Amino acid sequence: MQFSFTTEQLEFRSMLRRFFAEHSPPAVVRRQMDTEAGWDRAGWRALNDQLGLAGVHIPETYGGQGFGCVELCIVLEEMGRALVCAPYFASTVLAATAILNAGTEAQKLALLPPIALGETIATLAFTEPNGLWDSAGVETTATPASGGFRLDGVKSFVLDGHTADLIVVLARSPGSTGDEGLSLFTVRGDAPGLTRRALKVLDPTRKQAWLEFHGVEARLLGEVGGGAEPVARTMTLAATCLANEMVGGAERLRESALDYANLRVQFGRPIASFQSMKHKQADMLVEVQLARSAAYAAASAAADGDEDSPAIASLAKARAADAYMRTAIDTIQIHGGVGFTWDNDTHLWFKRAKSSEVFLGDPAWHRERMLRAWGV
Amino acid sequence: MNGAEMTMSDATEAAVRAEARAWLEANWDPDVGLIEWRNRLIDSGWGVPSWPKRWHGGDLPAAMDAVVAEEIRRIGAIGVARSGVRGLATATLLAHGSDFQKEKFLRRALTGQDNWCQLFSEPGSGSDLAGALTRAEFRDGRWVINGQKVWTTSAHHADWGLLLARTDSNVPKHEGLSYFILAIRQPGVEVRPLRQMNGHASFNQVFFTDAEAPPEHLVSEIGHGWAVATTTLMHERRGADGLAGLARASDRKGRIYDEERAELAIAMEPYRWYPQRAGRVDLVLERAKATGAIADPVVRQEIAKLLSLARSAEWTARRARAAQAQGRPPGPEGSLGKLAASHVARASAHVHTLISGAEAMLTGDDGPLDGLIAEILVSVPAGSIAGGTDEIQRNIIAERVLGMPKEPRGDNDRPFRDVPKN
Repeated sequence: MQFSFTTEQLEFRSMLRRFFAEHSPPAVVRRQMDTEAGWDRAGWRALNDQLGLAGVHIPETYGGQGFGCVELCIVLEEMGRALVCAPYFASTVLAATAILNAGTEAQKLALLPPIALGETIATLAFTEPNGLWDSAGVETTATPASGGFRLDGVKSFVLDGHTADLIVVLARSPGSTGDEGLSLFTVRGDAPGLTRRALKVLDPTRKQAWLEFHGVEARLLGEVGGGAEPVARTMTLAATCLANEMVGGAERLRESALDYANLRVQFGRPIASFQSMKHKQADMLVEVQLARSAAYAAASAAADGDEDSPAIASLAKARAADAYMRTAIDTIQIHGGVGFTWDNDTHLWFKRAKSSEVFLGDPAWHRERMLRAWGV
Repeated sequence: MNGAEMTMSDATEAAVRAEARAWLEANWDPDVGLIEWRNRLIDSGWGVPSWPKRWHGGDLPAAMDAVVAEEIRRIGAIGVARSGVRGLATATLLAHGSDFQKEKFLRRALTGQDNWCQLFSEPGSGSDLAGALTRAEFRDGRWVINGQKVWTTSAHHADWGLLLARTDSNVPKHEGLSYFILAIRQPGVEVRPLRQMNGHASFNQVFFTDAEAPPEHLVSEIGHGWAVATTTLMHERRGADGLAGLARASDRKGRIYDEERAELAIAMEPYRWYPQRAGRVDLVLERAKATGAIADPVVRQEIAKLLSLARSAEWTARRARAAQAQGRPPGPEGSLGKLAASHVARASAHVHTLISGAEAMLTGDDGPLDGLIAEILVSVPAGSIAGGTDEIQRNIIAERVLGMPKEPRGDNDRPFRDVPKN
């Protein structure tokens, strides 16, 4: 396991931090979160034309940059820090990884290059209105029809589902249950029979959609009935990425709380000089650092193909979620009244923390998943 | 070359290893007595390779100590005595001691002939060590000591103590302290065991009634005691992690090994309950399975929280070590270990309670694991106090890592006699 970054990785991180500080300051985040899409083409293009980020972990054979999970997680941490509004998690983390894990060679060669370039925005539709994060919760059916399949059912909590050009869908053969009979499919965003609606989301910086499939024609991705395993691996990487993204956001909040405590004067002295503030800040640092160590361990385990990767991913996801939420609550508290106003930026990260806490499964669910992965 | 006769520029790891190995293979003799062997080792320079040549060492880089220690283990030989407070004593004397003191004390500490204790904490000064009230007055050509120390590990086995005492109350507190080497076995020193809430008595209270020290046992100068004590404390913090490594004696047969085992048994006795103080996370899964508590979803959640906390703390320590190994400036991850360890220990005691249920009320051979679980439950509170309370740790993190304002003080700007005291 890798416990420190290489010089190249550290330089990559500094470069990203400068780029996002310039391209995604809070004013830009606020502008984008007020749109229905939640992101804009110009910003997305800059991210890909200048840095090639959409393809960072996609192998060069499929038009990507060919870096590993550690580099991918560095991107996520920096994006989480700057609260970058982009379809990155949907397209690169979820959809591209699912295609990499499930697709045939021909499908990967056809589908991945435009995703790696950022020309195609893709997403993964697996969760349904029941809000279950494992394959067993899938009720959408795939029925064989005229050489292909037809999908019927409802997907919800689909990241950027209303704007995606390509949707990877998890569905099951009629009558199957559990992990059996699950397959992945691809559907165009404008396919006949597919209706899409943007959900009213608590975190306006990360849009989600409700997708209804009525006899939608779909192409099989990979093998019939072979969906459960690649989806499980995709979810492991996604949890790892989300943990790193959350750590980036939590660190940013912690720093802003410290800056504010140093500036804010009450009773004739900066509130940072009160021991209650110092101890709270020390505790916040411990929380974020522990979560960061877990997130980095998860990234390293994923990069190494470590067999303990699913357990560590869940461990990191749960810890990061708890740390992010705790830090968000403390940061508002340290800001006092101003922290509860719309004009102060803290609530933007608070809402991302809340949404990320339950997205991909809440901390309790991941802790249980971790124990089971360890055979406990 | 004779022993560690290498210059710094020759000191590649491979060269040092080869030299040390050659000397050990030619000279290791399990049939001599422990002290005799250690004297030979010290004479060769391989006992403390990183020390100055003038004082038993080889002037080698600090990293070579571990290399030579590996060679000593490999051949089944025994190194210099390292257990207990003697390491703090030798490090402090190397940095601040006079030639007389180095001559008199270093070798006998390394051979294990002398045992040491640390006389810093007092009933009135725990976190605030510089508030020591124990007095040293110069009378008739001797230093005369009166007062009381506490939390003194192994004082009842000690020959010498590292004493922080007040020599002037008319100057601000840090300026009125001096540092002494005090003979423990003298009529003016009384050592009494201090019984803790877990029933063990690992520490002592030490009372001084006109105890005496000769002038040549003052370390550094009068009024410079705080700077010397800071050196001792720095080495204490650095060594805290290595405690477990000291406990292992060889299981080989033979007189010299028996002597070493006896030495370690005495030195490590006070630390027997330290694993329990850290919470014994290692026992949690096994206990949960044995009791059936593993099937309870509430207990499972608490176990999972504990294990993920413990793993995260371990990874944080690994990150700190990796940064250090690469020569990167220490990040905040290096300052959090003590506080994280307190969290882990408390969480573990909580989980052990959940797992044990009603049996958590029992101790001794009526209790789970013959009282071991009970010992965990009543030992964990020590971890967040000893070696710097959690509150002091938080102050240190806030001030030194986060750069927040220092605590306002009411004791640095006036003579110590005018400072409010316990």
